[in-house]
Amino acid sequence: MERRYELVYVVSPDASDEQVAELHTQVEGIIQRLGGRLEKTESWGRRKLAYEIGRHKEGIYVLDVIIGSGELMKEIDRRLKVIAELVIRHLVVRVDEEQAVVERTKSRRTASTRRRRVARGLPPDRQPGEGQREADDDRDDRFDMGGEEMR
Amino acid sequence: MNGRKTFGGGGGGGGRGRAAGAAGQQGKDGQQRRPMFRRRKVCKFCSDKIDDINYKDAKLLMPFVPERAKILPRRISGTCALHQRKLRTAIMRARQLALIPYTSE
Repeated sequence: MERRYELVYVVSPDASDEQVAELHTQVEGIIQRLGGRLEKTESWGRRKLAYEIGRHKEGIYVLDVIIGSGELMKEIDRRLKVIAELVIRHLVVRVDEEQAVVERTKSRRTASTRRRRVARGLPPDRQPGEGQREADDDRDDRFDMGGEEMR
Repeated sequence: MNGRKTFGGGGGGGGRGRAAGAAGQQGKDGQQRRPMFRRRKVCKFCSDKIDDINYKDAKLLMPFVPERAKILPRRISGTCALHQRKLRTAIMRARQLALIPYTSE
């Protein structure tokens, strides 16, 4: 059974770059051995932790997107649990179903806007310079306003 | 008389008042906006069309965990039930990874 999972692990800040790289190859090895495949890996680098874990105040974050079986993830989970002094936190989340839902709502929404636009006699896609500003460039700033109002 | 009707009109517009939530309690001043006008809350995720409430996006989640780092209740943030549920799981995951605090101090 092929499923998509996300694995995020936090490496102790004392670890050297080689240790982090070695850990990555270790994870990759397990994936290959159990017939999975590593879709994407993303390193977020050193980040401050929101709270102290043990004596650590920061950690090195790594995200792996893995396609494989539940057995594989169980094995990875078990292995990461064992090396607790190097990997201070890890999380495995299954994402395929969630992503499918997101995609469906998105495509449904664009389809319905297109239909509405055509019904109004407009071209189906938004033309450049039409209407108000693009929504996503000021997203952050709108957010800050929201936060203050809520208090 | 006609002019007033556009604003829901006195006591008669009960149905409308209920729809607006907070407005229903201030029956006397229904005709004029007061300085203390309470704006109708809308779900941020619905209005901004954010489908994916992701645990990795701490910046998105932070406004929903104010000072004490408790999850902001729906009655205050105005988030709809569906999105509050997704928000909750996202916040709990982010907390596990120390992206968001469980509690402050």
